[in-house]
Amino acid sequence: MINDTQLDLWEVFIQSRPGHHHTHAGSVHASDKAMALQNARDIYTRRNEGGSIWVIPSKYVAASNPEDSDMFFDPANDKIYRHPTFYAMPEGAKQI
Amino acid sequence: MNKQEALFKYLLYLGDNGLVQGHRLSELCSRGPILEEDLAMTNFALDYIGRASAFLKYAAEVEGAGRTEDDLAYKRGERLFYNNLMAELPNGDFAYTMAKQVLIACFEYLLFTELSNSIDETIASVSTKTLKEVRYHFTHARDWCFRLGKGTAVSHAKLQNAFNDLWMYTGELFEMSDWLRLLANEQIGCDLSLLKSKWNEMLNLVLKEATIEVPIGDYMQTGSRQGIHTEYLGHILSEMQYLQRAYPDAKW
Repeated sequence: MINDTQLDLWEVFIQSRPGHHHTHAGSVHASDKAMALQNARDIYTRRNEGGSIWVIPSKYVAASNPEDSDMFFDPANDKIYRHPTFYAMPEGAKQI
Repeated sequence: MNKQEALFKYLLYLGDNGLVQGHRLSELCSRGPILEEDLAMTNFALDYIGRASAFLKYAAEVEGAGRTEDDLAYKRGERLFYNNLMAELPNGDFAYTMAKQVLIACFEYLLFTELSNSIDETIASVSTKTLKEVRYHFTHARDWCFRLGKGTAVSHAKLQNAFNDLWMYTGELFEMSDWLRLLANEQIGCDLSLLKSKWNEMLNLVLKEATIEVPIGDYMQTGSRQGIHTEYLGHILSEMQYLQRAYPDAKW
């Protein structure tokens, strides 16, 4: 693995419009919070992508292990009753 | 000089400051210390060039001689440029680029705050928009001055040297001329000499926090109000205007 010599890594989340959730947009290098916000602004919002930015040091992200993916995710494959579309709409109900 | 001629010159002054500083920053494209800073500098360059385009377009209208903003940018000689000498200075090292950016942004913050109240509606609206950009330019460069000033002995020395070297180009920012005076009296422009004390205040706060000494020295460069420039402007124009000079009115 090549060592990253360009400052710490931060994850960037952008909110496209008020009320929407912040969505992961990518990452930037920065040495502090202020720099991370500015770099995120310069890279991810210069085409009007959003109105609010969160930055979080990448080192604080806990990620699931690919080796655990069968244990973590496979059991959800055959549980179609967990989808609302599995159930028939009661007659007469207009909105559920 | 009548009001129209003064206004034309004034718009060239406002446009040229944007065009030349924008061109300088665009030279950093692919040369930034890190990718993020590379993009920040080229974003700034686009802010400056967008501003130049707005002012030069209006200048062409005011002149009423059938020229366009492009004619004014690409077919005008060095002696007819009115940007501050500071803008045309080379980028130097990164500390120098940031010091220059802070000096310019402090000045432009005060200038465009005044001009957003101009009785000329076009100048006022472009200035209001520009002010938002300048506030960001200031914040970004100021934060870098803090980091470099309080960083290592080397970064501190580089930043101090940069401010010392640039100091003699700061006097001119506040220099008035007959056309500037005329427009200030008409409330289209503003009296630049009155911005000096606020500029010192704003800059001193940055320098103090960055642990940088306020440079001393009273000798100040001058000339741009008469279209007299450093040796650097000619080189910028030869590169920037190359295509129009070699292939006039080229289209693609």
